[in-house]
Amino acid sequence: MQQLRNELRRFITDSIMYGHNTDFLADDASFLENGVIDSTGVLELINYIETRFGISVDDQELIPENLDSINGLLRFVEKKGGVLQQVGRAGA
Amino acid sequence: MCGIAGQISNLAERPEPEIVARMIAALHHRGPDSTAIYRHERAALAHARLSIIDLESGGQPMSNEDGTLWITFNGEIFNYIELRALLEGRGHRFATRSDTEVILHLFEDEGEACVDRLNGQWAFAIWNQRSEHLFLSRDRLGVRPLFYTTLPDSFLFASEIKALFAHPGVARTLDIQALDEIFTYWVTIPPRTAFEKIHELPPGHSLWWTNEGIEIRQFWQIDYRPQRAACVEASAEELLELLTSATRLRLRADVPYGSYLSGGLDSTLITALAQRESGKRLKTFSIGFDDAEFDESSFQVQAQKYLDTDHHAICCTPGDIQKIFPDVIRHTEKPILRTAPTPMYMLAKLVHQAGLKVVLTGEGADEMFGGYDIFKETKVRRFWARQPGSAMRPLLLRKLYPYLGNIQAQPDPYLRAFFHFQGDPVFFSHQPRWDLTSKLKLFFSEGTRERLAPARREVPVPSAYRDWNWLNRAQYLEAAYLLPGYILSSQGDRMAMAHAVEGRFPFLDDRVVDFASRLPPEMKIKVLNEKFLLKQAARGLIPESIRKRSKQPYRAPEADCFFRPKRAEYLDELLSQRKIEQQGLFHPGAVARLIEKFEAGTAIGIKDNMAMVGIVSTSLLLEEFCNS
Repeated sequence: MQQLRNELRRFITDSIMYGHNTDFLADDASFLENGVIDSTGVLELINYIETRFGISVDDQELIPENLDSINGLLRFVEKKGGVLQQVGRAGA
Repeated sequence: MCGIAGQISNLAERPEPEIVARMIAALHHRGPDSTAIYRHERAALAHARLSIIDLESGGQPMSNEDGTLWITFNGEIFNYIELRALLEGRGHRFATRSDTEVILHLFEDEGEACVDRLNGQWAFAIWNQRSEHLFLSRDRLGVRPLFYTTLPDSFLFASEIKALFAHPGVARTLDIQALDEIFTYWVTIPPRTAFEKIHELPPGHSLWWTNEGIEIRQFWQIDYRPQRAACVEASAEELLELLTSATRLRLRADVPYGSYLSGGLDSTLITALAQRESGKRLKTFSIGFDDAEFDESSFQVQAQKYLDTDHHAICCTPGDIQKIFPDVIRHTEKPILRTAPTPMYMLAKLVHQAGLKVVLTGEGADEMFGGYDIFKETKVRRFWARQPGSAMRPLLLRKLYPYLGNIQAQPDPYLRAFFHFQGDPVFFSHQPRWDLTSKLKLFFSEGTRERLAPARREVPVPSAYRDWNWLNRAQYLEAAYLLPGYILSSQGDRMAMAHAVEGRFPFLDDRVVDFASRLPPEMKIKVLNEKFLLKQAARGLIPESIRKRSKQPYRAPEADCFFRPKRAEYLDELLSQRKIEQQGLFHPGAVARLIEKFEAGTAIGIKDNMAMVGIVSTSLLLEEFCNS
């Protein structure tokens, strides 16, 4: 669980925020409201969770409840049975 | 078309002769046919000529009859024949057949108000030997460039900044506030340029230099006065008459001319009119892409076959963009966020190789007649704002961008979040785009952020702006800023003149612009059909497949070009941690992560693309101008 959380935060920090500190972002804070992810960044996020956790995201699952915070992503990936793939730094 | 430069000394001393010679030499690409310098006491005016009108006697700098006024002029005055007749009627005698001499005599009679009579594209300087006053003027919409700077002992002006840098006293320092503006609006807001203390004379402005100082005056700006239009047929007929006249005037040249043919409505219509009015088979030029996402070749072929032009086409590959980009930045003289000027550079080279100096293009139609997607987007967002809870209204947003895969793939809630801007309605149309572009500042270094002014200068708008309708407001922001600051400069004059090619733009004829400014919105965008009236005017002149097609904005392969098929060698040094740290503008860690994304092939967003092009172009600019 913690490993998954760390991995998600690492992605947000490295790939979406280009290495800028994300300490300001609580685990339940909205990416959209905090200007972390915009409409283009969400495609990258979807691509990342599909390849990194070996899941497939259906169209009806593309909603902020699943994608708009670290906690939301965590719940969503777990619900989908996602497992960290050993494929290097996918999506980074 | 030509290059101009000059130096006026504050003191009663002659400018050093070598300096103006170096300044004009830096503009050789704009005027390779001949160079001349006029020197008198405290003034030196220089001219690099691309001979187009009056090849024998139209050389510059040129004086009036008694040698008291001297002009150096870049551009064309298309109504010079009519103005000459007017001036001859007043008793003026002409020594040449050129449009340059017309400006001089008109200035003698009417002073600075002479520009009100000019139908053309110009940047010129007139030195009055008696009063020792200098007058500079730039055309209404900013087709031709004009920059200036002041030193403790003199005033300098030139067509391009690199000529000002030929003076050893001119500092070469990137303006951090300019970077802030470009990474928000795509352009600098004149008089700001990318360099500190180098100013751009804004479009539609004139400047007086006297020993007491500088005075800048605006002589024109777009004024939207929409009126209840006549019926569609009558309006379309009037528009076609105006466009025909505007095109006919722009065929005045003593050298052969051609036309760009993009495969869209605007350039196809201009080509059709130019061919009809000239009675000659026109040479046309187009660019295609090996990537189908950007390629419009099939429409170009349809236009060429229908009009039976002598067509020349070139294909642009990502490798071409990678290779040419440093040259492009040497000419844009400012950071850019898209690679799109690069293919235009290639196209101008093709024109030059075909032996032509003049091309007509369809530039300006989108700004004047409502062609850009941002106008339709604004209309949909307004429609949606009236029923914010509507599930159906925002779906129209997806229809607007059928060619943008990223937009099509957006989950609905995110699409809504991006477009559903609720802030200051003054800039309702452009705020979402400015907000998106501003996010690129995540790449600025701490040092850059600290040096930025606490509040960025807001885009200036005329007092009447708040009374204009939604479309006119959006049109103004495009026509006053993006058109001169990017379309006509980075993508226009600077790419064409890099190969000594002059662009001419019938849609920017002041009579056409005035006509467009009086049209009500529904004549421009009918429901979601862009350039409605222009399409009616084009009926029967161009293929129906082109007349009826939805606008495909001109785009080029983006920042992936720097990494595919093989990473550009010049990036090794340019984007090295050492270089980024040394330049100090960008955050080395953020740049490194962006590079990683491109190398891994995971950079898919508009933001990543704009950031990479912006960082590469800024770094190239610094290397080219600030470290030499």
